[in-house]
Amino acid sequence: MSEEVIHSRIWQEEAESDNAFAAASCHCHGYDVYGELLGNASWIEYLFLLFRGEAPTNQQAKLLEGLAIALANPGPRDAAVHAAMCGGVGLSTSASCLMSALAVGAGASGGAREVYLAMEDWLARGTDLALWQEGLAIKPVDDPADVWPSSGHPAGFDPHGVRCTTPVLQTLTHLAELSCGQSLIWLQEHRASLEAAAGLPLAMSGVAAAALCDLGCTPAQGEMLCLLLRLPGAAVHALEQKDFGHKKFPFFSIELENDPGPAQGGESWAEDKI
Amino acid sequence: MNGPERLEQHVGKLTTSAGAFFPGERVVFCGQDLHASLNDLDWLELYLFGINGRRYTQPQMKVLHAMCTFTSYPDARLWNNRVAALAGSARSTGSLGIAAALAVSEAQIYGRGVDLRASEFLIRAKNEVDCGADLKQIVRSELKRHRGIAGYGRPIVAADERIAPMMALVREQGLDNGAHLKLAFDVENVLLEGRWRMHMNYAALAAALCADVGMSPREYLFSSLPAFLAGMPPCYLDAEEKSEGLLFPLPCRTLSYEGVTRRYWRDRKSDALGVG
Repeated sequence: MSEEVIHSRIWQEEAESDNAFAAASCHCHGYDVYGELLGNASWIEYLFLLFRGEAPTNQQAKLLEGLAIALANPGPRDAAVHAAMCGGVGLSTSASCLMSALAVGAGASGGAREVYLAMEDWLARGTDLALWQEGLAIKPVDDPADVWPSSGHPAGFDPHGVRCTTPVLQTLTHLAELSCGQSLIWLQEHRASLEAAAGLPLAMSGVAAAALCDLGCTPAQGEMLCLLLRLPGAAVHALEQKDFGHKKFPFFSIELENDPGPAQGGESWAEDKI
Repeated sequence: MNGPERLEQHVGKLTTSAGAFFPGERVVFCGQDLHASLNDLDWLELYLFGINGRRYTQPQMKVLHAMCTFTSYPDARLWNNRVAALAGSARSTGSLGIAAALAVSEAQIYGRGVDLRASEFLIRAKNEVDCGADLKQIVRSELKRHRGIAGYGRPIVAADERIAPMMALVREQGLDNGAHLKLAFDVENVLLEGRWRMHMNYAALAAALCADVGMSPREYLFSSLPAFLAGMPPCYLDAEEKSEGLLFPLPCRTLSYEGVTRRYWRDRKSDALGVG
Protein backbone atom coordinates (compact mmCIF):
# COMPACT_ATOMS: atom_id res chain seq x y z
CA MET A 1 0.00 0.00 0.00
CA SER A 2 1.37 3.38 -0.93
CA GLU A 3 2.15 5.85 1.84
CA GLU A 4 -0.43 8.51 2.43
CA VAL A 5 0.64 12.14 2.18
CA ILE A 6 -0.22 15.48 3.74
CA HIS A 7 -0.75 18.18 1.12
CA SER A 8 0.59 21.64 1.89
CA ARG A 9 0.98 24.90 0.03
CA ILE A 10 2.70 26.40 3.07
CA TRP A 11 5.44 24.09 4.23
CA GLN A 12 8.18 22.16 2.49
CA GLU A 13 10.82 20.01 4.14
CA GLU A 14 13.94 18.11 3.16
CA ALA A 15 15.00 15.30 5.45
CA GLU A 16 18.41 14.98 7.06
CA SER A 17 20.45 12.42 5.11
CA ASP A 18 20.49 10.00 8.05
CA ASN A 19 16.99 10.52 9.46
CA ALA A 20 13.75 10.61 7.46
CA PHE A 21 11.96 11.99 10.51
CA ALA A 22 14.15 15.05 11.02
CA ALA A 23 14.05 18.03 8.69
CA ALA A 24 17.32 19.44 7.43
CA SER A 25 15.56 22.40 5.85
CA CYS A 26 12.12 23.93 6.23
CA HIS A 27 10.71 26.34 3.69
CA CYS A 28 7.64 28.44 4.43
CA HIS A 29 5.90 29.73 1.30
CA GLY A 30 9.23 29.32 -0.45
CA TYR A 31 11.44 31.04 2.16
CA ASP A 32 14.11 29.13 4.09
CA VAL A 33 12.88 29.42 7.68
CA TYR A 34 16.02 28.52 9.61
CA GLY A 35 18.50 29.47 6.90
CA GLU A 36 17.19 32.97 6.14
CA LEU A 37 14.00 34.09 7.89
CA LEU A 38 15.55 33.47 11.28
CA GLY A 39 17.61 36.56 11.92
CA ASN A 40 16.13 38.57 9.07
CA ALA A 41 12.35 38.51 9.48
CA SER A 42 10.48 39.85 12.51
CA TRP A 43 7.89 37.71 14.30
CA ILE A 44 5.10 39.85 12.84
CA GLU A 45 6.48 39.54 9.31
CA TYR A 46 6.69 35.77 9.71
CA LEU A 47 3.14 35.66 11.10
CA PHE A 48 1.87 37.60 8.08
CA LEU A 49 3.79 35.31 5.74
CA LEU A 50 2.30 32.21 7.37
CA PHE A 51 -1.27 33.44 7.00
CA ARG A 52 -1.14 35.36 3.73
CA GLY A 53 1.54 33.45 1.87
CA GLU A 54 3.51 36.57 0.95
CA ALA A 55 5.99 38.79 2.75
CA PRO A 56 4.18 41.83 4.12
CA THR A 57 4.88 45.33 2.96
CA ASN A 58 6.29 47.60 5.62
CA GLN A 59 2.84 49.10 6.07
CA GLN A 60 1.14 45.71 6.38
CA ALA A 61 3.66 44.58 8.97
CA LYS A 62 3.12 47.75 11.00
CA LEU A 63 -0.66 47.35 10.79
CA LEU A 64 -0.53 43.73 11.93
CA GLU A 65 1.85 44.66 14.72
CA GLY A 66 -0.47 47.45 15.86
CA LEU A 67 -3.41 45.06 15.84
CA ALA A 68 -1.39 42.44 17.74
CA ILE A 69 -0.61 44.95 20.48
CA ALA A 70 -4.23 46.13 20.64
CA LEU A 71 -5.51 42.56 21.00
CA ALA A 72 -2.74 41.00 23.11
CA ASN A 73 -4.29 41.72 26.47
CA PRO A 74 -7.90 42.78 26.93
CA GLY A 75 -7.21 42.66 30.67
CA PRO A 76 -8.47 40.46 33.51
CA ARG A 77 -12.08 41.70 33.24
CA ASP A 78 -12.40 40.18 29.76
CA ALA A 79 -14.37 36.91 29.77
CA ALA A 80 -11.64 34.92 27.98
CA VAL A 81 -8.94 36.15 30.35
CA HIS A 82 -11.30 35.53 33.28
CA ALA A 83 -11.63 31.93 32.05
CA ALA A 84 -7.86 31.54 31.85
CA MET A 85 -7.52 32.89 35.39
CA CYS A 86 -10.06 30.29 36.58
CA GLY A 87 -7.56 27.72 35.34
CA GLY A 88 -4.61 29.48 36.90
CA VAL A 89 -6.12 30.01 40.32
CA GLY A 90 -6.85 26.30 40.72
CA LEU A 91 -3.34 25.38 39.57
CA SER A 92 -4.74 23.73 36.46
CA THR A 93 -2.42 22.89 33.59
CA SER A 94 -1.12 25.79 31.52
CA ALA A 95 -2.69 24.36 28.38
CA SER A 96 -6.09 24.19 30.07
CA CYS A 97 -5.79 27.89 30.93
CA LEU A 98 -5.21 28.73 27.29
CA MET A 99 -7.87 26.25 26.12
CA SER A 100 -10.29 28.03 28.46
CA ALA A 101 -9.31 31.39 27.01
CA LEU A 102 -9.76 30.03 23.49
CA ALA A 103 -13.16 28.48 24.25
CA VAL A 104 -14.55 31.67 25.76
CA GLY A 105 -12.67 34.04 23.47
CA ALA A 106 -14.06 32.16 20.49
CA GLY A 107 -17.56 33.44 21.09
CA ALA A 108 -19.89 35.53 18.99
CA SER A 109 -20.16 38.09 21.78
CA GLY A 110 -16.82 39.83 22.12
CA GLY A 111 -14.78 36.93 20.73
CA ALA A 112 -13.24 35.70 17.54
CA ARG A 113 -16.59 34.58 16.08
CA GLU A 114 -17.79 38.16 16.35
CA VAL A 115 -14.75 39.26 14.34
CA TYR A 116 -15.51 36.54 11.77
CA LEU A 117 -19.12 37.73 11.46
CA ALA A 118 -18.05 41.38 11.23
CA MET A 119 -15.58 40.48 8.47
CA GLU A 120 -18.37 38.73 6.59
CA ASP A 121 -20.31 41.99 6.87
CA TRP A 122 -17.34 43.88 5.42
CA LEU A 123 -17.18 41.46 2.49
CA ALA A 124 -20.92 41.80 1.82
CA ARG A 125 -21.26 45.57 2.41
CA GLY A 126 -17.84 47.00 1.61
CA THR A 127 -17.94 50.77 1.96
CA ASP A 128 -21.60 51.16 1.01
CA LEU A 129 -23.16 53.10 3.89
CA ALA A 130 -26.73 52.29 2.82
CA LEU A 131 -25.98 48.56 2.88
CA TRP A 132 -24.46 48.88 6.35
CA GLN A 133 -27.42 50.86 7.65
CA GLU A 134 -29.84 48.32 6.20
CA GLY A 135 -27.90 45.38 7.65
CA LEU A 136 -27.34 46.92 11.07
CA ALA A 137 -31.06 47.54 11.46
CA ILE A 138 -31.70 43.78 11.39
CA LYS A 139 -31.21 42.11 14.76
CA PRO A 140 -29.24 38.85 14.46
CA VAL A 141 -31.37 35.80 15.17
CA ASP A 142 -30.46 32.29 16.25
CA ASP A 143 -30.07 29.73 13.50
CA PRO A 144 -31.40 26.51 15.07
CA ALA A 145 -29.15 24.46 12.76
CA ASP A 146 -25.93 26.27 13.76
CA VAL A 147 -23.77 25.24 16.71
CA TRP A 148 -22.97 28.93 17.29
CA PRO A 149 -25.59 30.75 19.36
CA SER A 150 -26.43 34.21 18.09
CA SER A 151 -24.96 37.12 20.03
CA GLY A 152 -28.13 39.18 19.76
CA HIS A 153 -26.29 42.32 18.66
CA PRO A 154 -24.67 43.47 15.40
CA ALA A 155 -21.15 42.09 15.07
CA GLY A 156 -18.42 44.62 15.83
CA PHE A 157 -20.44 46.75 18.24
CA ASP A 158 -20.53 46.83 22.04
CA PRO A 159 -23.87 45.45 23.33
CA HIS A 160 -23.42 47.16 26.70
CA GLY A 161 -21.58 50.30 25.61
CA VAL A 162 -22.62 53.91 26.06
CA ARG A 163 -20.17 55.45 23.62
CA CYS A 164 -17.07 54.31 21.79
CA THR A 165 -14.40 53.80 24.46
CA THR A 166 -11.09 55.61 24.49
CA PRO A 167 -8.94 52.51 23.75
CA VAL A 168 -11.18 51.59 20.79
CA LEU A 169 -10.91 55.14 19.42
CA GLN A 170 -7.15 55.22 20.01
CA THR A 171 -6.75 51.88 18.24
CA LEU A 172 -8.94 52.93 15.32
CA THR A 173 -7.02 56.20 14.93
CA HIS A 174 -3.65 54.48 15.05
CA LEU A 175 -4.55 51.61 12.74
CA ALA A 176 -6.32 53.88 10.23
CA GLU A 177 -3.07 55.84 9.92
CA LEU A 178 -1.31 52.60 8.99
CA SER A 179 -4.12 51.35 6.80
CA CYS A 180 -3.29 49.59 3.57
CA GLY A 181 -6.92 49.17 2.50
CA GLN A 182 -10.22 51.01 2.53
CA SER A 183 -11.97 49.57 5.57
CA LEU A 184 -10.25 51.29 8.50
CA ILE A 185 -10.27 54.75 6.94
CA TRP A 186 -13.90 54.38 5.89
CA LEU A 187 -14.81 53.09 9.34
CA GLN A 188 -13.15 56.10 10.95
CA GLU A 189 -15.02 58.47 8.64
CA HIS A 190 -18.41 56.80 9.06
CA ARG A 191 -18.22 55.55 12.63
CA ALA A 192 -20.92 57.89 13.90
CA SER A 193 -23.37 56.86 11.14
CA LEU A 194 -22.72 53.18 11.74
CA GLU A 195 -23.12 53.54 15.49
CA ALA A 196 -26.40 55.37 14.98
CA ALA A 197 -27.63 52.57 12.71
CA ALA A 198 -26.56 49.87 15.17
CA GLY A 199 -27.78 51.79 18.19
CA LEU A 200 -24.52 50.73 19.83
CA PRO A 201 -20.95 52.02 19.96
CA LEU A 202 -18.16 50.48 17.92
CA ALA A 203 -16.25 47.75 19.77
CA MET A 204 -12.66 46.54 19.50
CA SER A 205 -13.94 43.53 17.53
CA GLY A 206 -15.26 45.93 14.87
CA VAL A 207 -11.89 47.68 14.58
CA ALA A 208 -10.10 44.31 14.44
CA ALA A 209 -12.42 43.10 11.68
CA ALA A 210 -11.73 46.20 9.56
CA ALA A 211 -7.97 45.88 10.13
CA LEU A 212 -7.98 42.20 9.18
CA CYS A 213 -9.95 43.00 6.01
CA ASP A 214 -7.36 45.65 5.14
CA LEU A 215 -4.65 43.04 5.68
CA GLY A 216 -6.35 40.88 3.06
CA CYS A 217 -7.43 38.14 5.45
CA THR A 218 -10.46 35.96 4.90
CA PRO A 219 -12.98 35.83 7.78
CA ALA A 220 -11.64 32.37 8.71
CA GLN A 221 -8.06 33.69 8.81
CA GLY A 222 -9.22 36.70 10.82
CA GLU A 223 -10.98 34.45 13.32
CA MET A 224 -7.83 32.34 13.77
CA LEU A 225 -5.59 35.39 14.14
CA CYS A 226 -7.88 36.87 16.77
CA LEU A 227 -7.85 33.65 18.77
CA LEU A 228 -4.08 33.58 18.55
CA LEU A 229 -3.33 37.24 19.20
CA ARG A 230 -5.42 37.39 22.38
CA LEU A 231 -3.58 34.54 24.09
CA PRO A 232 -0.64 36.47 25.63
CA GLY A 233 -2.86 38.34 28.08
CA ALA A 234 -4.71 35.17 29.02
CA ALA A 235 -1.41 33.42 29.68
CA VAL A 236 0.13 36.04 31.93
CA HIS A 237 -3.03 36.68 33.93
CA ALA A 238 -3.47 32.92 34.51
CA LEU A 239 0.11 32.76 35.78
CA GLU A 240 -0.44 35.81 37.95
CA GLN A 241 -3.52 34.34 39.66
CA LYS A 242 -1.65 31.09 40.17
CA ASP A 243 0.80 33.13 42.28
CA PHE A 244 -1.86 35.15 44.14
CA GLY A 245 -3.78 31.96 45.02
CA HIS A 246 -7.46 31.17 45.31
CA LYS A 247 -8.06 33.10 48.52
CA LYS A 248 -7.48 36.34 46.65
CA PHE A 249 -9.66 35.44 43.66
CA PRO A 250 -13.39 36.32 43.59
CA PHE A 251 -15.83 33.46 44.23
CA PHE A 252 -18.94 35.70 43.99
CA SER A 253 -22.37 35.05 45.46
CA ILE A 254 -25.28 33.13 44.03
CA GLU A 255 -29.02 33.56 44.32
CA LEU A 256 -31.05 30.46 43.51
CA GLU A 257 -34.44 31.02 41.93
CA ASN A 258 -35.60 27.47 42.66
CA ASP A 259 -33.99 26.39 45.91
CA PRO A 260 -35.88 23.41 47.37
CA GLY A 261 -34.19 24.01 50.74
CA PRO A 262 -32.47 21.37 52.86
CA ALA A 263 -33.79 17.86 52.20
CA GLN A 264 -36.15 16.38 54.79
CA GLY A 265 -34.84 12.92 55.74
CA GLY A 266 -33.39 12.20 52.31
CA GLU A 267 -36.75 11.58 50.67
CA SER A 268 -36.70 10.53 47.03
CA TRP A 269 -38.26 12.59 44.31
CA ALA A 270 -41.85 11.42 43.96
CA GLU A 271 -42.86 9.78 40.70
CA ASP A 272 -45.79 12.16 40.28
CA LYS A 273 -43.38 15.07 39.99
CA ILE A 274 -41.85 13.59 36.85
CA MET B 1 -32.45 49.31 31.15
CA ASN B 2 -29.33 48.99 29.01
CA GLY B 3 -25.58 49.43 29.06
CA PRO B 4 -23.58 49.80 32.26
CA GLU B 5 -26.68 50.11 34.46
CA ARG B 6 -27.79 46.65 33.39
CA LEU B 7 -24.30 45.24 33.96
CA GLU B 8 -24.14 46.97 37.37
CA GLN B 9 -27.16 44.95 38.52
CA HIS B 10 -25.23 41.72 37.97
CA VAL B 11 -21.92 42.65 39.59
CA GLY B 12 -20.64 39.98 42.00
CA LYS B 13 -23.87 37.98 42.01
CA LEU B 14 -25.40 35.27 39.83
CA THR B 15 -29.15 34.78 39.85
CA THR B 16 -29.79 31.34 38.47
CA SER B 17 -31.97 28.27 38.39
CA ALA B 18 -29.09 26.01 37.26
CA GLY B 19 -27.98 25.13 40.76
CA ALA B 20 -25.56 25.85 43.58
CA PHE B 21 -23.13 24.25 45.96
CA PHE B 22 -23.65 24.90 49.68
CA PRO B 23 -20.26 23.82 51.10
CA GLY B 24 -20.50 21.11 53.71
CA GLU B 25 -24.27 21.04 53.41
CA ARG B 26 -25.95 20.23 50.10
CA VAL B 27 -26.01 20.76 46.34
CA VAL B 28 -28.98 21.96 44.34
CA PHE B 29 -29.07 20.65 40.78
CA CYS B 30 -31.66 22.38 38.58
CA GLY B 31 -34.05 22.84 41.47
CA GLN B 32 -33.51 19.41 43.07
CA ASP B 33 -31.32 18.26 45.92
CA LEU B 34 -28.59 16.30 44.17
CA HIS B 35 -27.87 13.92 47.04
CA ALA B 36 -31.47 13.40 48.16
CA SER B 37 -33.89 13.78 45.26
CA LEU B 38 -31.66 12.80 42.36
CA ASN B 39 -29.52 10.11 43.95
CA ASP B 40 -31.30 7.33 42.06
CA LEU B 41 -30.28 8.71 38.67
CA ASP B 42 -27.44 7.17 36.71
CA TRP B 43 -24.91 9.53 35.17
CA LEU B 44 -26.61 9.90 31.79
CA GLU B 45 -30.03 10.45 33.38
CA LEU B 46 -28.55 13.25 35.48
CA TYR B 47 -26.77 14.71 32.47
CA LEU B 48 -29.99 14.77 30.46
CA PHE B 49 -31.95 16.13 33.43
CA GLY B 50 -29.48 19.03 33.51
CA ILE B 51 -30.27 19.88 29.90
CA ASN B 52 -34.03 20.14 30.01
CA GLY B 53 -35.18 19.13 33.49
CA ARG B 54 -36.88 16.08 32.07
CA ARG B 55 -36.68 12.45 33.12
CA TYR B 56 -37.14 9.62 30.69
CA THR B 57 -38.75 6.22 30.95
CA GLN B 58 -36.57 3.12 31.31
CA PRO B 59 -37.09 2.04 27.67
CA GLN B 60 -36.19 5.56 26.55
CA MET B 61 -33.09 5.57 28.76
CA LYS B 62 -31.97 2.22 27.31
CA VAL B 63 -32.09 3.73 23.84
CA LEU B 64 -30.43 6.99 24.94
CA HIS B 65 -27.60 5.01 26.58
CA ALA B 66 -27.21 2.95 23.42
CA MET B 67 -26.98 6.12 21.37
CA CYS B 68 -23.64 6.81 23.05
CA THR B 69 -22.57 3.18 23.33
CA PHE B 70 -23.10 2.37 19.66
CA THR B 71 -21.03 5.31 18.41
CA SER B 72 -18.05 5.17 20.77
CA TYR B 73 -15.32 3.79 18.53
CA PRO B 74 -11.82 3.45 19.98
CA ASP B 75 -10.19 3.95 16.58
CA ALA B 76 -7.33 6.43 16.71
CA ARG B 77 -7.53 7.05 12.97
CA LEU B 78 -10.77 8.97 13.47
CA TRP B 79 -9.89 12.65 13.59
CA ASN B 80 -11.35 13.43 17.00
CA ASN B 81 -9.95 10.27 18.59
CA ARG B 82 -6.62 10.94 16.93
CA VAL B 83 -6.38 14.16 18.94
CA ALA B 84 -6.77 12.18 22.17
CA ALA B 85 -4.26 9.58 20.98
CA LEU B 86 -1.72 12.18 19.85
CA ALA B 87 -2.01 13.76 23.30
CA GLY B 88 -1.13 10.39 24.83
CA SER B 89 1.74 9.84 22.43
CA ALA B 90 3.06 13.34 23.10
CA ARG B 91 2.73 12.75 26.86
CA SER B 92 0.15 15.45 27.38
CA THR B 93 -2.51 14.88 30.03
CA GLY B 94 -5.63 12.78 29.56
CA SER B 95 -7.94 15.68 30.37
CA LEU B 96 -6.28 17.94 27.82
CA GLY B 97 -6.37 15.28 25.11
CA ILE B 98 -9.93 14.22 25.71
CA ALA B 99 -11.29 17.75 26.18
CA ALA B 100 -9.70 18.75 22.89
CA ALA B 101 -11.02 15.60 21.19
CA LEU B 102 -14.53 16.37 22.42
CA ALA B 103 -14.22 19.95 21.17
CA VAL B 104 -13.07 18.67 17.78
CA SER B 105 -16.15 16.43 17.68
CA GLU B 106 -18.23 19.56 17.15
CA ALA B 107 -17.46 19.27 13.45
CA GLN B 108 -19.45 20.19 10.40
CA ILE B 109 -18.98 16.98 8.37
CA TYR B 110 -19.50 14.59 11.29
CA GLY B 111 -20.37 14.75 14.97
CA ARG B 112 -22.27 17.52 16.64
CA GLY B 113 -22.66 19.81 13.64
CA VAL B 114 -24.37 17.04 11.66
CA ASP B 115 -26.40 15.96 14.71
CA LEU B 116 -27.80 19.46 15.13
CA ARG B 117 -28.63 19.94 11.46
CA ALA B 118 -30.24 16.48 11.24
CA SER B 119 -32.45 17.22 14.24
CA GLU B 120 -33.43 20.66 12.95
CA PHE B 121 -34.29 19.21 9.53
CA LEU B 122 -36.38 16.30 10.82
CA ILE B 123 -38.35 18.44 13.27
CA ARG B 124 -38.94 21.13 10.64
CA ALA B 125 -39.85 18.56 7.97
CA LYS B 126 -42.32 16.85 10.29
CA ASN B 127 -43.99 20.16 11.10
CA GLU B 128 -44.27 20.94 7.40
CA VAL B 129 -45.64 17.47 6.55
CA ASP B 130 -48.16 17.82 9.40
CA CYS B 131 -49.28 21.06 7.76
CA GLY B 132 -49.84 19.25 4.48
CA ALA B 133 -46.54 19.74 2.66
CA ASP B 134 -45.24 17.09 0.28
CA LEU B 135 -42.18 15.26 1.67
CA LYS B 136 -40.62 14.78 -1.76
CA GLN B 137 -40.75 18.52 -2.29
CA ILE B 138 -39.25 19.17 1.15
CA VAL B 139 -36.38 16.78 0.36
CA ARG B 140 -35.82 18.36 -3.06
CA SER B 141 -35.71 21.88 -1.70
CA GLU B 142 -33.38 20.85 1.16
CA LEU B 143 -31.01 19.23 -1.32
CA LYS B 144 -31.14 22.32 -3.51
CA ARG B 145 -30.43 24.63 -0.59
CA HIS B 146 -27.69 22.64 1.14
CA ARG B 147 -26.49 20.17 -1.55
CA GLY B 148 -27.21 17.38 0.95
CA ILE B 149 -29.30 16.48 3.96
CA ALA B 150 -27.65 16.07 7.32
CA GLY B 151 -28.01 12.46 8.45
CA TYR B 152 -28.14 10.98 4.94
CA GLY B 153 -25.19 9.66 2.96
CA ARG B 154 -21.80 9.02 4.52
CA PRO B 155 -18.39 10.38 3.52
CA ILE B 156 -16.47 7.09 3.44
CA VAL B 157 -18.92 4.18 3.05
CA ALA B 158 -22.65 4.04 2.30
CA ALA B 159 -23.64 1.46 4.90
CA ASP B 160 -23.93 2.39 8.55
CA GLU B 161 -23.23 -0.48 10.93
CA ARG B 162 -25.01 1.28 13.81
CA ILE B 163 -28.47 1.29 12.23
CA ALA B 164 -29.34 -2.42 12.57
CA PRO B 165 -28.37 -2.87 16.25
CA MET B 166 -30.00 0.40 17.20
CA MET B 167 -33.24 -0.46 15.39
CA ALA B 168 -33.24 -3.91 17.04
CA LEU B 169 -33.01 -2.23 20.44
CA VAL B 170 -35.61 0.38 19.52
CA ARG B 171 -38.06 -2.37 18.51
CA GLU B 172 -37.25 -4.37 21.64
CA GLN B 173 -38.07 -1.34 23.77
CA GLY B 174 -41.27 -0.64 21.85
CA LEU B 175 -40.09 2.75 20.62
CA ASP B 176 -40.30 2.08 16.91
CA ASN B 177 -43.55 3.90 16.28
CA GLY B 178 -42.36 7.48 16.72
CA ALA B 179 -43.44 10.02 14.12
CA HIS B 180 -39.94 11.42 13.57
CA LEU B 181 -38.50 7.92 13.22
CA LYS B 182 -41.09 7.10 10.57
CA LEU B 183 -40.34 10.36 8.80
CA ALA B 184 -36.58 9.65 8.89
CA PHE B 185 -37.17 6.37 7.03
CA ASP B 186 -39.60 8.08 4.64
CA VAL B 187 -36.87 10.60 3.78
CA GLU B 188 -34.47 7.72 3.13
CA ASN B 189 -37.02 6.13 0.79
CA VAL B 190 -37.38 9.39 -1.13
CA LEU B 191 -33.61 9.65 -1.45
CA LEU B 192 -33.25 6.01 -2.55
CA GLU B 193 -36.09 6.21 -5.06
CA GLY B 194 -34.64 9.36 -6.60
CA ARG B 195 -31.29 9.76 -8.28
CA TRP B 196 -29.52 10.62 -5.03
CA ARG B 197 -29.00 7.04 -3.75
CA MET B 198 -28.35 8.13 -0.18
CA HIS B 199 -28.97 5.89 2.79
CA MET B 200 -29.88 7.18 6.21
CA ASN B 201 -26.93 7.27 8.58
CA TYR B 202 -26.78 7.11 12.34
CA ALA B 203 -27.05 10.89 12.77
CA ALA B 204 -30.56 10.99 11.32
CA LEU B 205 -31.64 7.88 13.24
CA ALA B 206 -30.39 9.23 16.58
CA ALA B 207 -31.83 12.68 15.87
CA ALA B 208 -35.23 11.14 15.04
CA LEU B 209 -35.27 9.03 18.19
CA CYS B 210 -34.42 12.04 20.33
CA ALA B 211 -37.03 14.17 18.59
CA ASP B 212 -39.55 11.44 19.38
CA VAL B 213 -38.75 11.70 23.09
CA GLY B 214 -39.36 15.44 22.86
CA MET B 215 -35.88 16.91 22.48
CA SER B 216 -35.50 20.18 20.57
CA PRO B 217 -32.47 20.47 18.24
CA ARG B 218 -30.54 22.39 20.91
CA GLU B 219 -31.43 19.87 23.62
CA TYR B 220 -30.31 17.12 21.26
CA LEU B 221 -27.03 18.92 20.57
CA PHE B 222 -26.21 18.96 24.28
CA SER B 223 -27.50 15.42 24.80
CA SER B 224 -25.15 14.10 22.14
CA LEU B 225 -22.03 15.95 23.39
CA PRO B 226 -20.65 12.84 25.17
CA ALA B 227 -21.64 10.46 22.35
CA PHE B 228 -18.04 9.76 21.25
CA LEU B 229 -16.49 10.07 24.70
CA ALA B 230 -16.14 6.39 25.63
CA GLY B 231 -14.00 5.70 22.57
CA MET B 232 -11.44 8.36 23.48
CA PRO B 233 -9.72 7.10 26.66
CA PRO B 234 -8.67 3.81 25.01
CA CYS B 235 -7.03 5.81 22.21
CA TYR B 236 -5.19 8.06 24.66
CA LEU B 237 -4.17 5.23 26.97
CA ASP B 238 -3.00 2.93 24.19
CA ALA B 239 -0.77 5.68 22.81
CA GLU B 240 0.46 6.64 26.25
CA GLU B 241 1.36 3.05 27.09
CA LYS B 242 3.52 2.77 23.97
CA SER B 243 6.86 4.51 23.63
CA GLU B 244 6.58 8.23 23.10
CA GLY B 245 6.01 9.56 19.61
CA LEU B 246 5.09 6.24 18.00
CA LEU B 247 1.56 7.21 16.99
CA PHE B 248 1.41 7.84 13.25
CA PRO B 249 4.99 9.15 12.96
CA LEU B 250 5.35 11.26 9.83
CA PRO B 251 8.58 11.17 7.83
CA CYS B 252 9.51 14.31 5.88
CA ARG B 253 8.49 12.61 2.63
CA THR B 254 4.89 12.63 3.88
CA LEU B 255 4.69 16.30 3.02
CA SER B 256 3.51 16.88 -0.51
CA TYR B 257 4.43 20.50 -1.16
CA GLU B 258 2.21 22.31 -3.63
CA GLY B 259 3.22 25.91 -2.97
CA VAL B 260 5.41 28.53 -4.59
CA THR B 261 8.96 27.77 -5.62
CA ARG B 262 11.88 28.68 -3.43
CA ARG B 263 12.75 32.33 -3.07
CA TYR B 264 14.89 34.65 -0.98
CA TRP B 265 13.66 36.95 1.75
CA ARG B 266 16.25 39.53 0.71
CA ASP B 267 14.63 39.69 -2.75
CA ARG B 268 11.12 40.49 -1.52
CA LYS B 269 9.34 43.56 -2.86
CA SER B 270 11.08 46.87 -2.19
CA ASP B 271 8.13 48.36 -0.27
CA ALA B 272 8.40 45.44 2.13
CA LEU B 273 11.80 46.81 3.06
CA GLY B 274 10.31 50.20 3.80
CA VAL B 275 12.06 51.88 0.89
CA GLY B 276 9.20 51.79 -1.62
